Amino acid sequence: MRERAENGEPDMTTNQALEPAIRVQGIEKSFKDLHVLRGVDFDVRTGSIFALLGSNGAGKTTLVRILSTLLKADAGTATVHGFDVAAKPGDVRESISLTGQFAAVDEVLTGRENLVLVAKLRHLKNPRAIADDLLARFSLTEAGNRKASTYSGGMRRRLDIAMSLIGNPPIIFLDEPTTGLDPQARIEVWQTVKKLAGQGTTVLLTTQYLDEAEQLADRIAILHKGTIIQNGTLAELKRLLPPAKVEYVEKQPSLEDVFLALVGDTDETDTADDDRSYGTVPARKEPR
Amino acid sequence: MTTHVLGDTGILTSRSLRHILRSPDTIITTAVTPIALMLLFVYVFGGAINTGSDESYINYMLPGILLITIASGIAYTAYRLFLDLQGGIFERFQSMPIARSSVLWAHVLTSLAANLVSVGIVIGVALIMGFRTGASVAAWLAVAGILILFTLALTWVAVIAGLSAKTVDGASAFSYPLIFLPFISSAFAPTDSMPGPVAWFAENQPVTSIVNTIRALFAQQPVGSDVWIALAWLLGILVVAYAFAIAIYRRKIS
Repeated sequence: MRERAENGEPDMTTNQALEPAIRVQGIEKSFKDLHVLRGVDFDVRTGSIFALLGSNGAGKTTLVRILSTLLKADAGTATVHGFDVAAKPGDVRESISLTGQFAAVDEVLTGRENLVLVAKLRHLKNPRAIADDLLARFSLTEAGNRKASTYSGGMRRRLDIAMSLIGNPPIIFLDEPTTGLDPQARIEVWQTVKKLAGQGTTVLLTTQYLDEAEQLADRIAILHKGTIIQNGTLAELKRLLPPAKVEYVEKQPSLEDVFLALVGDTDETDTADDDRSYGTVPARKEPR
Repeated sequence: MTTHVLGDTGILTSRSLRHILRSPDTIITTAVTPIALMLLFVYVFGGAINTGSDESYINYMLPGILLITIASGIAYTAYRLFLDLQGGIFERFQSMPIARSSVLWAHVLTSLAANLVSVGIVIGVALIMGFRTGASVAAWLAVAGILILFTLALTWVAVIAGLSAKTVDGASAFSYPLIFLPFISSAFAPTDSMPGPVAWFAENQPVTSIVNTIRALFAQQPVGSDVWIALAWLLGILVVAYAFAIAIYRRKIS
């Protein structure tokens, strides 16, 4: 992430001239009485990793579904790769790839067949060569001829992401890419995402894991009760709280502290430190 | 995008056909129940049923058995569609630049192929059990046409079930009444042997006209008005089910 901050922002003027990869303005969505999104605004710069952070039920998935044309917003506009999601859904679909919350692989087919299927559906030439290349890139070559139902959670997620990369879409949505994965698999997914962004792909990822946002994202937006309550770089978010508090040891506030302070739920701050190690995070209860 | 409808449907159809090839038990299960019914009726009950014709009993009841085969086969169509929706692969397809109707049509065509195979197996067993017909090629084609229409009509009903089901059981439970319908028709016994209200229902429900038509085609007899009633029912069910399924699908993907 730190490297990216250096090479990723060569000079401010050109970046501002570039149209953002994703622009979300005033998006609202209700399901019956439930007002899930209450006016969401943010931009995602081309080639960056943008993390949408929020608890369960904050509306992250709803937003991703709107941006990937699976759902229509009640109000507001969103453009993806310059195309309005409501007016030009076909063009949006040409520019994106969605990796949903549940690994969307065909379990009856083998890993290779899954990749070939997507390559064919994207009307690409040499679907078999594309499949072999991706199997190699995601260390699935040996498992390529096995049914996806025999894969571990991490392998399945890797296959899922590999399927999303076919056709090199400029924008990728990852909805909770590491939920339910073991620590090793999480780190693998993180490496994959970093590599992707390094090649210029814009990544919008949602997560409820604070360390994930901290690890990956160039910018982090906190979605809470249907609106973005904070949006900035990790450093900017950290600056929202006093930089250091003097205790027996001096420590920087973690992103988790910032998050909980912003969200207004403090009863679990004492677990913040333990959660810094990868992996053992999921047991926490998320604030409502 | 619409230029890809055929290509995309073909790709997705070969995908779900592969599902069936990998679990041929779905075809075998579909064929086993009708075959068991056929054995039961021919060798146990059949002798006691007076059909009022000289035809052997297996010739008499095969049309009804074929409809039962299809009615139980389409439960798997709803099941497969439901699993796609559950597993997230449906959303993946919907977020990709592919023709949107392809996803449904692939399931419909797969249903047609799977059911024709099951029907073929059942006819094969019936031939072993003594089913005979002097039907011409044209009559066979007419039978095939009616069975295809029947499969398509029920498949779109299955699409409604698959799209709107909340559980796996719900996705396939809708087929039970359909499987039962042939029993209250002319499929196994003449309707005039039934008490008044039952006979009225049996004579006026779609299965009877379809069964009578297929039976007449196999027996090289005139199909009479039954064929028109049957076609009206089949096209009617097909159009209504198709319209409902597409409306539900639209709501689902918008």
